[in-house]
Amino acid sequence: MRLIMHNMLTCNIKGVINKSPLRIEAEKVIKKEVDFNPDFLRHMLAKIEWKALVDGARSMGYTELPVHAPGIESDEPFLRKFHHALLELNLEEGSLVCQESGRKFPVNKGVPNMLLHEKEV
Amino acid sequence: MKLKQLEGLLGDLQQFSNPKVELEQYPTGPHIASRMLFTAENSYGDITDKVVADFGCGCGTLSAAASLLDAACVIGFDIDPQSLETATLNAEELEVEIDFVQCDVTKLELEGQIVDTVVMNPPFGTRKKGADMEFLSAAMKVASQAVYSLHKTSTREHIKRAALRDFNAKSAEVICELRYDLPKLYKFHKRKEVDIAVDLWRFEPRQN
Repeated sequence: MRLIMHNMLTCNIKGVINKSPLRIEAEKVIKKEVDFNPDFLRHMLAKIEWKALVDGARSMGYTELPVHAPGIESDEPFLRKFHHALLELNLEEGSLVCQESGRKFPVNKGVPNMLLHEKEV
Repeated sequence: MKLKQLEGLLGDLQQFSNPKVELEQYPTGPHIASRMLFTAENSYGDITDKVVADFGCGCGTLSAAASLLDAACVIGFDIDPQSLETATLNAEELEVEIDFVQCDVTKLELEGQIVDTVVMNPPFGTRKKGADMEFLSAAMKVASQAVYSLHKTSTREHIKRAALRDFNAKSAEVICELRYDLPKLYKFHKRKEVDIAVDLWRFEPRQN
C-alpha cells in the first residue's frame, strides 16, 4: 500500500463520523523506485490531504516532508520528497487504524483488507 | 504501445484458478481488455498519467492494461483474496506497479478527488441481482473524470436511464458493442462456449 492510496481510504463502519485519515501502524516498509513525473506531482498537490500524507510518511519512517505544502512555486527538491513519500514507500505489513473507533484494518503483503464484519455495516 | 502488443501481453496473464460462481468471476479476455483501455487512452486521454481505479479487478487484467498504457497510478479493488494474490503475481510478471485493496466495492467510501478514471468489468447481476448497478453507482461516486464499464447490451436503456437520472452522470455513451466470449467455466454451463453482446460504456460524472 502506498500513501497515494492511503490518502483516499476511509473507515466506513456504521456510525463513525471521523472516517479518515487512518493512522498507520507499520511493521514492514519497503522502498520501490518509481519514475519521477513532475507534472503529475504538481497536479496531485492540489488533491492530496497534506497532513495525512505527512503523518503517514512519518509512520513509515520518512520525516523529510515539510509540515506545510509550498504555496505557488513547488521546486524540484520539494517535488522529489513529495514523489518519494507519495509513490515510493510501500507498507507491506502493518495496520490501518480508525482514529475514532480504534478498528484495525490489517495490511498483508501490501494489500489492506477493508472488509467489514456483518455488525459493522 | 501498439494494440496488438498490448493484447499479446495481456494474453499471458494468469487467470482464476478456482473461479467463484457467486461472485460472477469471469476473466476479461485480452481482446476486450486491450480495446477497452486503448480506446480510453487514444480517443479520450483518460489513462496515461492519470490515477486509474479498477473496480472488481479479479486477476488484474484491466489494471495491467492501464499500467502498460502508462497510467501514473493504478489501484485494483476486489473482495476475493485469491484473485488479489493472482493479480499481485501478474503485476510482478509484467514488472508493473499496481496497488491492490481487498474490499466490497459496493460499500466503499473514498475521500477526495484523487481517482481520475474508473475502469471495470463488473458482475452482470446474474447471481446477485442489481450488482451491475451497484458497481456503477460506486464508480460514479469515485471517478472525477470518467468511468468505463461493460454491461450486457440487453440492459442498455435501463443503464442509460439510471446513470443520467440516479448516478450523477453528465453523459452516458455506448462507445462500441463487443462480443464477450465466455468459455465453459462452471459445471452448470451446458454449451462449450457462449458469446454475449456487451456494450462498452463511457460515463462522465458531473463535477462535485
